[in-house]
Amino acid sequence: MDLSVINPILLIAALMSAATPILLAATGELVVERAGVLNLGVEGMMILGAICGFAIAVETGSPLTGFLAAAVGGAMLSLLFALLTQVALANQVASGLALTLFGLGLSALLGQGYVGIKPPRMPDINFGFLSDIPVVGPILFSHDPVLYFGLLLVAAVWVTLKFTRVGLILRAVGENHDAAHALGYKVVRIRTLAIMFGGACAGMGGAYISLIRVPQWTEGMTAGVGWIALALVVFASWKPWRVLLGAYLFGGITQLQLNLQGAGVAIPVEYLAMSPYIITIVVLVILSADKSAAPGSLGRTFHASH
Amino acid sequence: MIWLEKRPQPSRFFAYVTPLLAVFATFLFGGLLFAALGKDPVQSIVTIFWEPLFGEFAFYYRPQLLIKGAPLVLIAIGLSLGFKAGVWNIGAEGQYIMGALFGAGMGLAFYPAESVLIFPAMVLAGAFGGWIWAMIPALLKVRFGTNEILVSLMLVYVAEQLLASMSLGLLKNPEGFGFPGSRNLQQYDSAHNAEIIAGSGMHWGVVAALIAVIFAYVLLTRHRLGFAVRVTGEAPRAARFAGVNPGRLVLFCLGTSGMLAGLAGLFEVAGPAGQVSIDFNVGYGFTAIIVAFLGRLHPVGIVLAGLLMALTYIGGDIAQSQLGLPAAAIQVFQGMLLFFLLALDLFTNYRLRFGRAETV
Repeated sequence: MDLSVINPILLIAALMSAATPILLAATGELVVERAGVLNLGVEGMMILGAICGFAIAVETGSPLTGFLAAAVGGAMLSLLFALLTQVALANQVASGLALTLFGLGLSALLGQGYVGIKPPRMPDINFGFLSDIPVVGPILFSHDPVLYFGLLLVAAVWVTLKFTRVGLILRAVGENHDAAHALGYKVVRIRTLAIMFGGACAGMGGAYISLIRVPQWTEGMTAGVGWIALALVVFASWKPWRVLLGAYLFGGITQLQLNLQGAGVAIPVEYLAMSPYIITIVVLVILSADKSAAPGSLGRTFHASH
Repeated sequence: MIWLEKRPQPSRFFAYVTPLLAVFATFLFGGLLFAALGKDPVQSIVTIFWEPLFGEFAFYYRPQLLIKGAPLVLIAIGLSLGFKAGVWNIGAEGQYIMGALFGAGMGLAFYPAESVLIFPAMVLAGAFGGWIWAMIPALLKVRFGTNEILVSLMLVYVAEQLLASMSLGLLKNPEGFGFPGSRNLQQYDSAHNAEIIAGSGMHWGVVAALIAVIFAYVLLTRHRLGFAVRVTGEAPRAARFAGVNPGRLVLFCLGTSGMLAGLAGLFEVAGPAGQVSIDFNVGYGFTAIIVAFLGRLHPVGIVLAGLLMALTYIGGDIAQSQLGLPAAAIQVFQGMLLFFLLALDLFTNYRLRFGRAETV
């Protein structure tokens, strides 16, 4: 065992990349939950985004088009969820599970011809001399555009929820859908848009795994990241900046256990690989005491009686 | 204008009819899916649903129906109790793995001794393995209010890693020429979950599933605990006034479903699968969620739904080898079924109204 092979600067740089799929998916889910909807289908939307992004990137040769396709794919699948829960008024927990099972199957079906292919590489943004600065350069100025997009997204969601009218309406719908309806807001329409936003974010998060993190396609490759993203929203008590913090924490654990595997620590690989899941549980236990921050109408079905 | 009116009581008629409608809609859209994959839709559906039951080789496939159906029914019965009460155990896959590991571990610990007591001990160990794995989310929920959906699901991934570790390490066959996987329990008489009647597919797991169905039926219709389960799901506040202890109910629901999933894992590893291996679990724990919903969370419905799902597995295998239909297509097919069921359930709880909504 040789721990000196783990370079802390590279670890932090890699951690930001490891955190991005969770960050994207969790930010999307945060908006959905602030609108009062619990979508447990994040894993399904992520894996569908992973294959949509991968396939389109391979076919067109452009990773950026791939990411757009992943967003569209995730949003389309989430539209099914919106149909079930907002129009057919189905139970949100069951519908979310259905979405995940369906997404896993559909992605496996779509991905049949894409096993073992290398996707086109997304180049890192060129910051010129900035990336040559010691320590700061590799950490802040050596990443792909999507990673920065994730950070911007968190900031945008924070600003929108806190300072704009749109954010206020969204939160009103999430806190008390009956009151929002009485004020004349279109609860179902607003929630459907929020669900689609969440789907698009999850799709991009999935594509980040298949196009940049791994990069290749294997069945079920998201391996529970969607569920960790769901846990992260609870962990963040529905606040955008805490999602960022949490995502980096989990990204750090994931990356550290990978590096420890590489360094040949005496702990068997399987036990290192289960650590992110166990830590998720531990964090959930520590933080689940305070549920006061949860949106008031979270998970409840809305039906306007005439 | 079309609008929805909430029914004062859920419609009994639609409660029975929606599963059938959902199956029909899935046939239709599944057929379209198969057509889109370039297969003849009618032939595909016939191959999946007719061939295993009445085709030329039905004598071989019919026993498979029991072998594949038993674990699904066993797990789904446990899940249905929780789902009825609003306790969402979706980590049955992990409990299934742990049951198999504990049970197989118990059996292999005695190898090569022969005794009639070994198999019963394995059954107990399997049930215990599933139970203890389900107790983790249960106790965390009761003590700390942690979300049982997320915890039970995280534990699936932990169990999968444990399974990999065990089949490469502790339980690895010492005479296996270095290949991963344990000794084959089918070749170890005392531990083998053999068919009770040869060639019928009837092994002890099928018996256990039938007992679980009867047990659940009596519990739900005749016992106070079953009443507590139903009331908690339908009206949690009323349940509190009726003296139901919510914490104890969570422990009961998760514990029972974990135990049954563990049993399913044990019967599988000691019988049809034969050994602990990295790819031992094939998703029964997740498919059982569909089975529970399709069976309307009712014991008899679950038996029918379990057999139907088993049929899609068997027919899917046949379609895969004969028509080259991808295995994933069957997975999509199963997911579709749950979608249609949830969507069509609208008519159980709501009534479609045409014309202008009158002002009150």
